[in-house]
Amino acid sequence: MSLLTPPLAHVPVTMSHASHHPRYDVSVMLTGDRAQIDRIEQDIMAQLEKFAYTKASRFAVKLSIEEAVANAFNHGHKHLPPGVPVRLEYSLAPDQVRIAVEDQGPGFVPADVPDPTMDENIEQPSGRGIMLIRAYMSSVAFSSSGNRIEMTYKKPAPKA
Amino acid sequence: MAQADSRLRVRRQDNITLVEFIDRNILDEANIQSIGEEITQLIEAQTAPKLLISFSNVDHLSSAALGTLITIRNKVRDRGGQLRLANIDPQIYEVFVITRLHKMFSIHETTDDALKSFE
Repeated sequence: MSLLTPPLAHVPVTMSHASHHPRYDVSVMLTGDRAQIDRIEQDIMAQLEKFAYTKASRFAVKLSIEEAVANAFNHGHKHLPPGVPVRLEYSLAPDQVRIAVEDQGPGFVPADVPDPTMDENIEQPSGRGIMLIRAYMSSVAFSSSGNRIEMTYKKPAPKA
Repeated sequence: MAQADSRLRVRRQDNITLVEFIDRNILDEANIQSIGEEITQLIEAQTAPKLLISFSNVDHLSSAALGTLITIRNKVRDRGGQLRLANIDPQIYEVFVITRLHKMFSIHETTDDALKSFE
């Protein structure tokens, strides 16, 4: 068993029950329709631009949403009929972005996901989503049931 | 070669196939799949293919797109060919670095640099 250790960012990962966070401002049910996801991401990106998040910050948030939603549908809902929705929740603020993605699947154990940067896994075409989220987000937590990810991006202090 | 609903711009220069993405976002899994199939056709049409993929238009890509690139790389290698990547935005290059895939691909700053690197 190998634990994920991203080479660039060391993100504390808490394996707690992820319900201690305050509520989110927005909650949407995603159907898997690409146009819906695009529209929501555009709204989020526009709001973050108003809050003066840099291009790099917006890139990080967008990538993490993409990866979490893709994991929810592709892995979480792998054995569920198509059309079962995934819940996306978010709160956007000038200093931080909070995002939660919850699927209706059986959940998974994050520590069981092999490290995709190991030589024996590097040629695998999948398995990089979680490591990217951990590298780009400030903090990441999974529910104990393993079907919900909560992540926070804190806006870096502006460079002097 | 170019299909009506192609997600790619493809041209040949000498014996090198240059591929450019039309989409700025390579995120939609259906698109990623069709990109993979289209490039696979290009690879399989040649022995020892020389393939150059330019990311000049690309702002975002997902780990699913990385997976397709790995599959493409393996197919090129299996046919004794060469693959080069070029014009990767610094933010996207960082994704390659985080996943350590920058060591697996031959990545060049410009199309010209990549063209010159073929053996």
